[in-house]
Amino acid sequence: MAEITSLHEAVAGLVHDGDIVSLEGFTHLIPTLAGHEIVRQQRRDLTLVRMTPDLVYDQMIGMGVARKLVFSWGGNPGVGSLHRFRDAVENSWPVPLEVDEHSHAGMANRYVAGASNLPFAVLRGYQGSGLAGRSDTISTVTCPFTGEELAAVAAINPDVAVIHAQRADRAGNVQLWGILGVQKEAVLAAKRVLVTVEEIVDALDPVPGAIVLPSWVVTAVAPVPGGAHPSYAAGYTTRDNAFYTAWDTISRDRDTFARWMDEHVVEPAGAHR
Amino acid sequence: MTDTLTWTSDEMMTVASARALADATTCFVGIGLPSTAANLARRTRNPDLVLIYESGTIGAKPDVLPLSIGDGELADTADAVVAVPEIFNYWLQAGRCDVGFLGAAQVDRFANINTTVIPREGQPDLRLPGAGGAPEIAAHAGKVLVTVRHSPRVFVDALPFVTSVGFGTGAGDRERLGLRGAGPTEVITDLGVMAPDPRTRELTLVEVHPGVSVEQVREATGWPLRVADEVATTEPPTDNELGVLRDLQARTKEAHSARS
Repeated sequence: MAEITSLHEAVAGLVHDGDIVSLEGFTHLIPTLAGHEIVRQQRRDLTLVRMTPDLVYDQMIGMGVARKLVFSWGGNPGVGSLHRFRDAVENSWPVPLEVDEHSHAGMANRYVAGASNLPFAVLRGYQGSGLAGRSDTISTVTCPFTGEELAAVAAINPDVAVIHAQRADRAGNVQLWGILGVQKEAVLAAKRVLVTVEEIVDALDPVPGAIVLPSWVVTAVAPVPGGAHPSYAAGYTTRDNAFYTAWDTISRDRDTFARWMDEHVVEPAGAHR
Repeated sequence: MTDTLTWTSDEMMTVASARALADATTCFVGIGLPSTAANLARRTRNPDLVLIYESGTIGAKPDVLPLSIGDGELADTADAVVAVPEIFNYWLQAGRCDVGFLGAAQVDRFANINTTVIPREGQPDLRLPGAGGAPEIAAHAGKVLVTVRHSPRVFVDALPFVTSVGFGTGAGDRERLGLRGAGPTEVITDLGVMAPDPRTRELTLVEVHPGVSVEQVREATGWPLRVADEVATTEPPTDNELGVLRDLQARTKEAHSARS
């Protein structure tokens, strides 16, 4: 059963140096503030997994928590580059960053395999793409029924999956709706699971399109209202598009970035934890 | 043509891209220029066009252009919202998307696309965002449209990296690779339109926008560009197309500059 706890306690207990950690959320429900807590607790040598490493991974990579990134699209959506990610790949700053790079279809299927407790997933993909030759988690398999050659991608089984959801009940059952991304698959593929939520409620009233992750597949639930900002939680907050644009300037320069992180993440005024 | 056009080359590109969707039923939409064009198409030539974004929103009808593929309005206005593994497996891979609409960082003469990495002289390789959904969109969509601004840095003689396959090294390659869709049928730029030669699959200039010369397009292309025997001139944007596009962009600008 999930333990309802604070974000600080949850990260301290669940995320260790060297872990494979997957913070998922496809544009919607990105667990940004959980990422900030990982930065504050100064985790190192993480393998960060995420289909769309956007601002939260730019911040974590720029603060030196990761040694490897597994991903399929690393940009600031609708704005441009992730400057900290680029600086790490291009100049090894602040530490070298190894990458394992996929397509979205490949990454999504890697999570499906992980959630299904299979060693790999099969798809039609990567044919003719240079990606296949650069990753040891992309191969091919021959269909035993038709003889067709298909792409095979290795399962992802993170040590920890971290997601943000709209709400949980007091027993730790988690409810989320709107754009669902690969969160269910990431949760079911992981050994340990941390969910931050907008609120804890007495009862999970039905919502159209919502899914529920039962308490017993979740390790810890932490109430973190606004925990997805600048991403959003449908029904609670809206996407702060202006911040995504502002991040381009903040992150472009190493010193400006470091100052911003210090002021807003590492030692924010009035921080309580 | 006169030298005082009442529209910009970007507007012409978007309008030409929207027209290319006139007969489509379903379009798997990339963010940026393709999304602008697809939303314009839905408001002009093709009101029933089903827009599919890789965030899993099927039949999205946004009032303003989304900044990301997962803006809340896409989900709020969609006919259905499905998880990401489902959108790629059941909808794209299974062949349920007529048209895939992609942008690009670099394109070669066989409409292959690089969005991964560009080597630079005396500097570390330029790291681009990567593949996203494009390799499988390029593989599985019934056909593919590409839209990108024309320049010799974009249309290059040889790609340093192939992220998504157009026609590989030429005729027969898609079949050999087992790519089920027809591949790119048009590459629409701010200067004109290129289409693959039916025999060789090499991109050929078939259309220039009003006020653009064939020579200009050749100069903006990084290989000796083949030119069709008869190059058409794109119909200028109509008042309605321009009005709808400008309204859409004005509403979008206002919406995205507001802090939540």
